[in-house]
Amino acid sequence: MSSYNSLAAPGTSASPRSFLERTGLDGQLTVFGGRWYWSLFVLVFGAAATFPIYGSVFTALNFTSFLINVPLALGLALLWGYCGVLSFGQVAFFGIGGYAYGVLAINWGLGAATVGAAVCALGLTALAAAAFGYFLFYGRVSAWIIPVLTLVLTLMLETFLGQTAGLEWRIGDAQLGGFNGMTNIPSITVGPFSFDGFSLPLFYLVLALVALTLAGLRMLANSHFGHVSMAIQEDQERAELLGYDIRRYQLTIFVIAGLLAGLSGILYASWGNFIQPTSVGLLASTFPVLWVAVSGRRSLTSVAIGTVALSALSDTLAVYSGELAFVVMGAILLFGMMAAPNGMVITLLRGIARLSRARK
Amino acid sequence: MTSDLFNLGYQFLVNISFLMFAAMGLTIVLGMLNIINLAHGEFIMMGAYTATIAVHNGVPFVLAVMLATFAVGIFGAVIERLVIRRFYGNKLNALVATFGLSLIISQGTLLLFGPFLQGIKMPLGGFKVGDYSYATYLLVIAGLAFVVLGALWFLFYRTRLGVDMRATMQNPDMARALGVNTSRIYMFSFALGAALAGLTGALYAPTTTIVPLFGSSFIAPAFITVVIGGGANPLIGALASSSLLALVQTPLSSEFSAFAGRIGLMFAALLMMRFLPDGLSHYIQAAFLNRRRARAEKSR
Repeated sequence: MSSYNSLAAPGTSASPRSFLERTGLDGQLTVFGGRWYWSLFVLVFGAAATFPIYGSVFTALNFTSFLINVPLALGLALLWGYCGVLSFGQVAFFGIGGYAYGVLAINWGLGAATVGAAVCALGLTALAAAAFGYFLFYGRVSAWIIPVLTLVLTLMLETFLGQTAGLEWRIGDAQLGGFNGMTNIPSITVGPFSFDGFSLPLFYLVLALVALTLAGLRMLANSHFGHVSMAIQEDQERAELLGYDIRRYQLTIFVIAGLLAGLSGILYASWGNFIQPTSVGLLASTFPVLWVAVSGRRSLTSVAIGTVALSALSDTLAVYSGELAFVVMGAILLFGMMAAPNGMVITLLRGIARLSRARK
Repeated sequence: MTSDLFNLGYQFLVNISFLMFAAMGLTIVLGMLNIINLAHGEFIMMGAYTATIAVHNGVPFVLAVMLATFAVGIFGAVIERLVIRRFYGNKLNALVATFGLSLIISQGTLLLFGPFLQGIKMPLGGFKVGDYSYATYLLVIAGLAFVVLGALWFLFYRTRLGVDMRATMQNPDMARALGVNTSRIYMFSFALGAALAGLTGALYAPTTTIVPLFGSSFIAPAFITVVIGGGANPLIGALASSSLLALVQTPLSSEFSAFAGRIGLMFAALLMMRFLPDGLSHYIQAAFLNRRRARAEKSR
């Protein structure tokens, strides 16, 4: 595949391998890399971290809600771009994470218990992803069935959560709340810091998690594991004949992607103190696919940038009209797939990288 | 007792026809073009809107149904020319693109027509057996499902166009070499799938409220039916999997709730996939071909 021809990351240079390549932060399977990439990486995250000082706190808090989507999107990019498995059901795991955190946090109370609730919610999400993934991958269903079934999972979960309005739908002190969703979820709290939507700690937490996820997934992608999963996406049969248990690799990546979606869900519940079925449903399930498809599924960096940009765009449009926002997003997705099937953001970034190289 | 049995049989027929109507267009598009159309639910919704608006403007219901079928079919042909044909051979990208299309159609409808449309009355009234009362219309729909299936069988196996379609499905290069205009066959197949969606929407329009998300109640059952049926033979697949699923769904939904029936569908799908991953139609066709081969060898 031509996408292996990375622009800046010299995977096979004769010089002794740099620190970045030894750790896998740079390598053959990440599109962008090298000194320029990491300088920009530090610069962008530094600028974002200091933004509340020179910019406005309000904007930073608003930005938090966009950044929360990034782990969800990066998980899907790993699953789709690096493993060839397209899932429309990432929002289901987002919802499972959020609802599980809500139920546990409401029952266990404030303070350090919320951290325990978040960890347990992550575990439950992973369990759900593993159980569902088992049927998908160990059933060896063909590639096109997975998106369809994950979409069905999402629809079922939305229907289920939507009909939990009655008083009998309570778990301990937590009321599932039907279409109105679960409210009064306590934010994650560590000592004096409350990670809620009204103050800066959550902004820094999410920013750090995004940077860590991006770097961690780059290391995973460039590792032996990442190479094998890329081989599986290129040709399942060949990878299998070479002796790899492809089901295990696919399931592992599916669980990682589910975990990241759950992480976003937990952060979302902590940010807004509520979660509702619409964040699990059909319309919500559009977004992760949209972010990843339009950004470029083979490039984690593009997905991170594109997710924030597209979240901001749909948020701005939704101020005027929610339907209009969805129509515009649908149009971007449709025309994006027709004009740049590998992603618009990555095409743009590649162009910039090529220009800057040509000037040298 | 007999009235209970009748009740179950009625529910079974209603469920089977619902699944069949929801899935037929989708499975033909899958079988012929090897594409999953995620906007299928929206095509169904467009059928319902067309029929409802036509009835409000004084068109008789039967004519309105035909109009909706035709209109959505034409729309399908246009969409095939503009969008779908760019994605032949790339199923995942086609899925994503049609997902975008479904978003545009459903939210565009919301923008244009508002959150709901005044519904139309269910024709034909009802009858009573034992303690239960039934809608005649739903039985007529159930009958129609089999009529449509028969018509499709006739089209596929008894007409020249059907031969061309099956040839294109089996080996497009060879079909092209033998003078079949495969590009036109593809367009016709997609339009046929869309027309069936339009018919479905129009037929079910009187049974429920007309909202822009009308199609979304169809898509989950439709996808499950298609996944279980597989793309090897659209007609056998649709018939076999909707019967099987209705068998699962009917007792669950009459004993517990409609939602329990849906969950049952989901689990049936997961289990079927684990053990029969290629889809029912594949296995049925294989068994059928084996038997035919065995018989041919015996007679030789």
